[in-house]
Amino acid sequence: MNPIRKRRLLLVLALLAASAVAATLVALALRENITYLYTPSQVYAGEAADQAVFRLGGMVARDSLQREQGSLKVSFGVTDGDAVMTVRYEGILPDLFRENQAVIATGKRVGDEFHATQVLAKHDEQYMPREVAEAMGKAHRKHNVPDDADAGDGGGD
Amino acid sequence: MLPELGLASLALALMLALALASLPLAGAQFGRPLWMATARPLAYALLIAVVVSYGLLTWAFVAQDFSVEYVARNSNSLLPLHYRFTAVWSAHEGSLLLWILILAFWTALVARFSRSLPAPVLARVLSVLGKVAVGFLAFILFTSNPFTRLLPEAAEGHDMNPLLQDPGMIFHPPLLYTGYVGFAVAFAFAVAALLDGRMDARWVRWSRPWTNVAWAFLTLGIALGSFWAYYELGWGGWWFWDPVENASFMPWLVGAALLHSQAVTEKRGSFRGWTLLLAIAAFSLSLLGTFLVRSGVITSVHAFASDPGRGLFILAFLGIVIGGSLALYALRAPRGETGKPFAPVSRETFLLLNNLLLSAATAMILLGTLYPLLAEALDLGKISVGPPYFGLLFTILMVPLVLLVPFGPLSRWQREQLGQPLRWLAPWAGLAVLAAVLAWFAWPNGTGKTAFGILGAAWVAGGTLRFVWNRLRSGSRGPRFTAEMVGMSLAHFGIAVFVAGVLLTESTSIERDVAAAPGTSFELRGYTFEFRGAEHYQGPNYQADRGTIVVSRDGRPITTMHPEKRAYASGGQVMTEAALDGALHRDLYVAMGEPLDGSGSWALRLYVKPWIRLIWLGGLLMALGGFVVTFDRRFRRPLGEGTPA
Repeated sequence: MNPIRKRRLLLVLALLAASAVAATLVALALRENITYLYTPSQVYAGEAADQAVFRLGGMVARDSLQREQGSLKVSFGVTDGDAVMTVRYEGILPDLFRENQAVIATGKRVGDEFHATQVLAKHDEQYMPREVAEAMGKAHRKHNVPDDADAGDGGGD
Repeated sequence: MLPELGLASLALALMLALALASLPLAGAQFGRPLWMATARPLAYALLIAVVVSYGLLTWAFVAQDFSVEYVARNSNSLLPLHYRFTAVWSAHEGSLLLWILILAFWTALVARFSRSLPAPVLARVLSVLGKVAVGFLAFILFTSNPFTRLLPEAAEGHDMNPLLQDPGMIFHPPLLYTGYVGFAVAFAFAVAALLDGRMDARWVRWSRPWTNVAWAFLTLGIALGSFWAYYELGWGGWWFWDPVENASFMPWLVGAALLHSQAVTEKRGSFRGWTLLLAIAAFSLSLLGTFLVRSGVITSVHAFASDPGRGLFILAFLGIVIGGSLALYALRAPRGETGKPFAPVSRETFLLLNNLLLSAATAMILLGTLYPLLAEALDLGKISVGPPYFGLLFTILMVPLVLLVPFGPLSRWQREQLGQPLRWLAPWAGLAVLAAVLAWFAWPNGTGKTAFGILGAAWVAGGTLRFVWNRLRSGSRGPRFTAEMVGMSLAHFGIAVFVAGVLLTESTSIERDVAAAPGTSFELRGYTFEFRGAEHYQGPNYQADRGTIVVSRDGRPITTMHPEKRAYASGGQVMTEAALDGALHRDLYVAMGEPLDGSGSWALRLYVKPWIRLIWLGGLLMALGGFVVTFDRRFRRPLGEGTPA
């Protein structure tokens, strides 16, 4: 083989090997690290049954936030309009966490409750996570709730 | 009246860009010197038109003209003057205007610093930049006009997003965009070379300094963004693998690969097609980043409220740019011309490996970022890809890269000669291992990760030192140190510092959320944090609770920290202002959570983060290296000289 052919062959082999290794690793890592999003009614319907860890999305239910005296333990309800699920969390809640606002909690289901390891609120008053907006939109349409999609007025109704 | 003038100026800019996109290019294709000669004046005129438009929008903010919808949404009469300047780019429309402003600057700079370039090449390059400008100007004018009037005029503005009311935000977007858009120059050179059909090494020599500067700006922009997220978001993290961070990181990685592959192409003539492809990829990923951020298809800190029409426009634009340039590449890519052959363990091989690893990392991040979108399009459910995916794969790919960094500069072009670099590097490898073992046993609270951090950093720093030493001792052949070598050594030192920072911080940081009543103390890593309570005060456009925390060590007071919780007057948004006490060897970091009950207790988040500053210091060194390389004499030589293709 002439040197150029040899170099090309080596290059192609190296590329193939690298892409095979990369593809395997990526597939493995992806399988381990993706989390699905569900709304409370989906969880109660058993859709999240095969997921150890998942994300729960919805609105923080009105007057549901409770705090344990002298500790960082909190509980609040997350609702999608159809069902309410109680979320327990220990730690500091995000700045934008408020009742009647969108929230996404990551954690697992324990009995009829959700034990969260992370709580994310929507990022600013104009913005709601798209997944939650869609899930909420479905619930709203079902119950004929008017959309408060007008983003300019600070969101809360 | 003034806003209408701004809009008219923007429309004029679109006309100028259309002319720039077509006339000089046609001149180059048909050999009309007069048409080609329009390129320079058109580039300058475009800059002036865009500057006028941008200046008028800025004026609308400074003068608080709430009859302009964009101003009314993103400003407020209480907004301090300096933030009125940065509010211009605090949302979608204005940030696009900033994008086009920076593109116009780059285009004018290319026009200005191109005396030695043959007229047809310059005409083509400026024409390609003009086409990009057409796309963005049309996007602004047809979907995102920042000068839209509000009828009736608003009495008061809605306010700038409080997250962005921060000194870091003054510099982060312009730096980042300067980097992003700067890759347009390398892209334009690649496309011009493809159009020209003549692939000589000159276009590479010519575009190298531009790529270096763009990459260095992007490095600064990303580092500053990371620092801003660290102190402003109140989570104490420096990188989250957030889709938008990924969007800026992908062009950075490809840009780093491009820097190295351009060096090979310029000096040896090899990797010609690959360099062209990387130049196209770097800019395409910059555009993709803009698309990801601006179209609202992803959930992220940066995603502004958006409408689908914009997403569609960007998607179409993206399709034209990427599809068009790749089609051009497929048709006109250099065939049959290879550079000088090289042996399997030459410097070319090491640079090839560098490129493979950086490209693989980019592909991995691209997949992780787009996977949730793909899954949704294929109806596989709503998923998110977690940081462990990125962290794990990135580490796997970067370990060999860190291992190989010292070999590149010490090996020789073309010839196989592994023994010599190995002999040079062996003592440094030994020293690095020794340092790692010492760190393993002696580092306060160290773990295996700490030891690996020291190992990687010492190895890269030692290998780079060896290169510097070799140059200092080298005989009379040529200059001992070219600017290129200095820049490269600085950037590689930056890698060492960065690796040390990341692994030391990740392995020895400590974080605690506490419920603090006034007068209580908490102990972290030998530091005592005493909470003295919080008081209420009134800021210019917000109300705040300000905590007082006295930090001491072994009974000696170190610092008093004042984290804040702010509620902004308009919109009612609540913001955490973390308090930082930074030093090279450790950061103390306190953020306030929420008031717990009526007794003045607060939830507090306390951190001790050793050596976290090295992360950004490493980034600074890399950026500095990128800038220094551009001072190399070879880039100032007339184009005729040097290696012919």
